[in-house]
Amino acid sequence: MERNEEDEKIPISQRPEWSDVTPIPQDDGPNPVVPIAYKDDFTETMDYFRAVYFADERSPRSLHLTAEAIHKNAGNYTVWHFRRLILEALNADLHEELDFIEQVGSGNPKNYQIWHHRRWVAEKLGTDATSKELKFTEKILSLDAKNYHAWSHRQWVLQALGGWEDELDYCKQLLEEDVFNNSAWNQRYFVVTRSPFLGGLEAMRESEVKYTVEAITANPENESPWRYLRGLYKDDTQSWVNDPQVSSLCLKVLIAKENRKSVFALSTLLDLLCHGFEPSQEFIDAVDALKTPDLDLSDSNLATTICLILGRIDPLRENYWTWRKSKLPT
Amino acid sequence: MDPSETRSPTVTQRDQWMVESQVFRIYELLGSVPRRAQSVMLELQRDNHIEFLTNGLRQLGPSFCVLDANRPWLCYWILHSIALLGDSVDAELENNTIDFLSRCQDPNGGYAGGPGQMPHLATTYAAINSLITLGGHGSLSSINRGKVYAFLRQMKDPSGAFRMHDGGEMDVRACYTAISVASVLNILDDDLVKDVGNYILSCQTYEGGFSGEPGSEAHGGYTFCGLATMVLIGEVNRLDLTSLIDWMVFRQGVECGFQGRTNKLVDGCYSFWQGGVFALIQKLHSIIDEKLMLSDAGGSARQSPQTASTSSHSGQRGSAKFSNIGFNFLKEPAEMEPLFHSTALQQYIILCSQLQEGGFRDKPGKHRDYYHTCYCLSGLSVAQYSYSKDADSPPLPKAVFGPYSNLLEPIHPLYNVILDRYHEAHKFFSTS
Repeated sequence: MERNEEDEKIPISQRPEWSDVTPIPQDDGPNPVVPIAYKDDFTETMDYFRAVYFADERSPRSLHLTAEAIHKNAGNYTVWHFRRLILEALNADLHEELDFIEQVGSGNPKNYQIWHHRRWVAEKLGTDATSKELKFTEKILSLDAKNYHAWSHRQWVLQALGGWEDELDYCKQLLEEDVFNNSAWNQRYFVVTRSPFLGGLEAMRESEVKYTVEAITANPENESPWRYLRGLYKDDTQSWVNDPQVSSLCLKVLIAKENRKSVFALSTLLDLLCHGFEPSQEFIDAVDALKTPDLDLSDSNLATTICLILGRIDPLRENYWTWRKSKLPT
Repeated sequence: MDPSETRSPTVTQRDQWMVESQVFRIYELLGSVPRRAQSVMLELQRDNHIEFLTNGLRQLGPSFCVLDANRPWLCYWILHSIALLGDSVDAELENNTIDFLSRCQDPNGGYAGGPGQMPHLATTYAAINSLITLGGHGSLSSINRGKVYAFLRQMKDPSGAFRMHDGGEMDVRACYTAISVASVLNILDDDLVKDVGNYILSCQTYEGGFSGEPGSEAHGGYTFCGLATMVLIGEVNRLDLTSLIDWMVFRQGVECGFQGRTNKLVDGCYSFWQGGVFALIQKLHSIIDEKLMLSDAGGSARQSPQTASTSSHSGQRGSAKFSNIGFNFLKEPAEMEPLFHSTALQQYIILCSQLQEGGFRDKPGKHRDYYHTCYCLSGLSVAQYSYSKDADSPPLPKAVFGPYSNLLEPIHPLYNVILDRYHEAHKFFSTS
């Protein structure tokens, strides 16, 4: 359905196909609060919408009217809801509806109603829509690689309709473009844990750890892969503590002695220690090299020392590190 | 040279550095201007905020037609902000608001985004919080609790979650708005609570925060909604609180404000969504301690329910199990210091989000709006009271950034309504 902007400029009261309908004004009351100074065409469109909505008229002209109302306010969920009822009643072509949604959505990539409507249409179309939906979300993500709605929709498509085959590659590509894109890391976790083609988290762990360690080594200040690494051992803390790749990664970052890039390495080492990791002398020396002269570390074990150092080099979180120190296992 | 520094910066890095430079410029300005100009920068511009807010309540321009399905939100953002500033609206505006919201109330229950629209959970939450903020018998009695309950039941999904409206989207936000409303109106029961906990649990991600739907990215807004809901239904002990806390503390960055997600930009509204989570966590210390003990011992978390409260209030319609959770939550002393940097957050809100001419914004370079005004002020209140052990003692001067006159009214962090108004509503809905 092509949008005809010229048609939309003719007042509805002057359109012959609407001559039998009495528009219904909004019941704002005599002294409304937060009243909006609607433009005349907005008021008229909504007055006619109310007329067909209250009459429950599910006709082609109603469908056309919902499009006009949506163009004026894409956030009106009542209009979208009624549009869905009409689409069903008329058994409308839902592929065309996807085009309509794309056209409306181009200026509104963060609108809940548009994405929800798209999901409804895609669900009805089923696997016929799979590749179209993956391409559509890819397009949106190429403009904003972190659009929350686009990612949710994409995840829904994968789970409901399939298309997992190229998803890990897609994540890899996005991370090559921007290794700091946390949404892409989150998607990677989604694929690795849920794709029917990959065998699950445990099967993928080794290759994923390798990939993540590389990413951390290149940018140790990047929080995303650190959290991802921890996530790879969800529900299996012992394997995480015992994996030498994790602890040696921390060591490597610490030895580089760049304070502003060491926070996550220190924090991870702290967590390892809290779960029973036994540090070799190398770790003790590496942490020791980071201490500032003002710190009194005389009675400290390694975990306490780390908390004190973090309190200094990560002052925004001083209260947190103090609290962590107070909760260290004895 | 570090190999990572030879590659050109990514979009994330570029965007971040742009914001940092704008923010640091403001902080440097504070340090360089004369004393009088400094005072102006540090001061909460109460009068200008009240004017901006009251004007909005009275009249909004044509560009607001994009919020034509969100008018109860506009009421709540404005009224709550005015109340946080310790002010109130005149009787005429008050009555007009009660009347207007009544016209948004659907005969079958719930409140819509405007008169004649379908009821919606978010606008129901906003309308009810607005009426509670106004307070008084006329306002509170205008809420048809039986019908609200019927609407909530209709929005309940078999999975345990809630849909925002008939045929609408399902997510953690819908769960929070439904449960918050049910709790504050004292109509929360087992049928509404059933399986909500399971759904929210499935939304805690590998990062520690909560997503809107299972599988999505951990996000500040949904994290507040998820945690608050779990507290209100008495199942907060089922969450991985230590992992949540670790994700939370790193959401505060060098700009001093909060970001909504890892590696994203600071935004004033997260002052409440993230800051509010810390306010909740402070009162959960006994549960957190229990979990820390268990994880050290290598044990798995017990599934014991939160201490059930008994109620002897007559006339309450909700289940006794849930009816006083919100009320008793306030009595928990805040035994831990705030885990975030309260002064830094207040600094961001006042220096970077506040506009001198009134209103608050996301970040420098963005326009002011009522949503950000509401959540920046809510976050500011949370930060100011973050060192207060209990609700009755006013904060010490050192807890308040800028002059002590910047102090706002305290809120109830589970519902985000002014504490006094909450108490009035709690009494009203326990005995009516």
